[in-house]
Amino acid sequence: MDSNGLMQFAGAVASGAVRVVDLTFTLSPEFPVIVLPPEFGQAAPVRIQQISRYDASGPAWYWNNLTFGEHTGTHFDAPIHWFTGKDLPNNSVDTLPVRDMIAPACVIDCSAQAAKDADFLLTIPVVEAWEKSHGRIPERHWVLLRTDWSKKGWRDYANLKDDGAHTPGPDPAVMRWLVEERGVIGFGTETIGTDAGQAGHLDPPYPAHHFLHGRGRYGLQCLCNLDQLPPTGAVIVAAPLKIQNGSGSPLRVLALVPGQG
Amino acid sequence: MIEPIVKPRRKNPLLRTRLPTSPPRARSRASHGFTRAAAEGRFMLQRCDACGTFCYPARDACPACLSADLVFADAPRRGTLLSETTLHVPADVHFRERAPWRVGLVAMECGPTLVTHLHADCEEGRPVVMSFQLDKSGQAVAFAHPERETPNMADDRQWREMTADPKFRRVLVTNGRSIVGQETVAALRAAGASIVFVGVAEPWKPFRGEDALRALEGVQIVPLDIGDEKSVADLAADIGGKVDILVNTSEHVRAGGLLDRQGTSVVRDEIDQSYLGFVHLAQAFGPAMRMRGSDGVNSAAAWVNILSVYALANWPMFGAYSASQAACLSLSHSLRAELRPGGVKVVNVFTGPLDIEWFQMVPPPKVAPRAVASAIVSALKRGLEDVFVGDVAEDIRQRLAANPKAVERELGA
Repeated sequence: MDSNGLMQFAGAVASGAVRVVDLTFTLSPEFPVIVLPPEFGQAAPVRIQQISRYDASGPAWYWNNLTFGEHTGTHFDAPIHWFTGKDLPNNSVDTLPVRDMIAPACVIDCSAQAAKDADFLLTIPVVEAWEKSHGRIPERHWVLLRTDWSKKGWRDYANLKDDGAHTPGPDPAVMRWLVEERGVIGFGTETIGTDAGQAGHLDPPYPAHHFLHGRGRYGLQCLCNLDQLPPTGAVIVAAPLKIQNGSGSPLRVLALVPGQG
Repeated sequence: MIEPIVKPRRKNPLLRTRLPTSPPRARSRASHGFTRAAAEGRFMLQRCDACGTFCYPARDACPACLSADLVFADAPRRGTLLSETTLHVPADVHFRERAPWRVGLVAMECGPTLVTHLHADCEEGRPVVMSFQLDKSGQAVAFAHPERETPNMADDRQWREMTADPKFRRVLVTNGRSIVGQETVAALRAAGASIVFVGVAEPWKPFRGEDALRALEGVQIVPLDIGDEKSVADLAADIGGKVDILVNTSEHVRAGGLLDRQGTSVVRDEIDQSYLGFVHLAQAFGPAMRMRGSDGVNSAAAWVNILSVYALANWPMFGAYSASQAACLSLSHSLRAELRPGGVKVVNVFTGPLDIEWFQMVPPPKVAPRAVASAIVSALKRGLEDVFVGDVAEDIRQRLAANPKAVERELGA
């Protein structure tokens, strides 16, 4: 594309002809985070520590120190995050190709199924039925699982019971198939984690992490506003922080969709 | 006869709050033997090692034989009230505000005569039981109770000045997720607290005992994540002026020392929850509590920390935890000094291993959460400052007093 095309694109964003949809939750200490068994190392909770606010500690300025884990809030998973991807080249957030940070998305609406079953698993037949209406999933596209889970109050969003979390996600077969048969660039969810809450009991456990990262693909989670996206045609901008040897990061996930202008 | 205290009415927002004043603060070094006794709820007098005479006040030579071998020892508490005086217009500002104030002379059965503050039911010529109490300047003073229990005894006006009784006070228990926290809430309500605010962090995560806690009367669950400075500041903005007693029930126990752990993620949690949590709470709630130390029947009265006894002597099996507790202990001493101008006590309740899941591998004796809760209420009612709960804590206390180096080696065996 020549620079005129890019300028047209910039103009379209400014005018609203291309609408920018924010798929990101605000990063705050209140947002639910992944809960691991207490014997394991826990992700740091989000901490926002004020350094000064136009006061004796700094008269003309306001700024904070931040603490958070790489996998907090709306965040990106790089292949190095899982053992299956640990030896791949360019597998951390600072080395993965930047062109992968802008890619189109297919949005698969399973909000009805998820409303009935907190442990709903996305399967190959469900995706094939989607493809009948919207066409075959192209290579190097994100597949985003819309469940409307992001609209829940946070207690129901985390949905922790006495046998763990109960939230929807993909089954092992569909993950292997999306990676190997459809060549997806990554998989995104509205829930805490690309995998279902009970995915520790699947075979292999945590199949989204297992298959995505094992083939150098990416994860996005705690997304919101997926209901504002068309089934095809949205372009996702997902650029994680360039953390040295990082396994992921909280980030701003934007979707570019056709607008009114 | 003591008139029972009446539940205070709502504070009149148009009136200036009475600011705290201190009774006379100066004390000799020798007399801090009484401070130590009062802090722990013991009655101790100097006793001459040479001739056995008990003496009072604290001095550097025995009045009977002039020996310099004066040692503080536990002493019998019984005496007789010789005479009493009621001060109607004292010159001292602190007592002037609290007049009429009764003091007396008590002849101890073990020998000395003490000038003492009096419970209203003490009668001239009758037997009394003595204690040393930390007054509003944090210094030890003698206090006499009638030998026999009288109705509404704890409601004595002068006694209430010496203690931090939860009755009709409003309490913040910082962490209701733990069993210790839940037992503390229940014990404070039973002791007459008018309301107990109980903090719960991460309300999206369920916890054991949640339903029972929500169902309790006079208990209000409030959002509080003590590791998050904004969460603490926001709660203080809402209820900071109503916290008369703050009990920090934050609990983060993990085994491990330095070399048997990898990395610092657990250490970071220990520092975040215990140390930084303390700092956040102190900065958010301390100033208002200090200012309200003289604010009527439900004045701000106490800040309670639950500390591991291993804050005093590191136990390497829980070495990192011990260190974080030691850090909090030091902070508590700073806070004690900083709150003293307000007459607000900082109470440290030291406990050995608790009977909770994180001390599962430790053999008994372990401390039941309910025992901690009882100890807290008892410390508040008796005006104590340093409390040791259970056999292990008391054992460590005694062994430290005898030889700290032996304790260090034995805990590190």
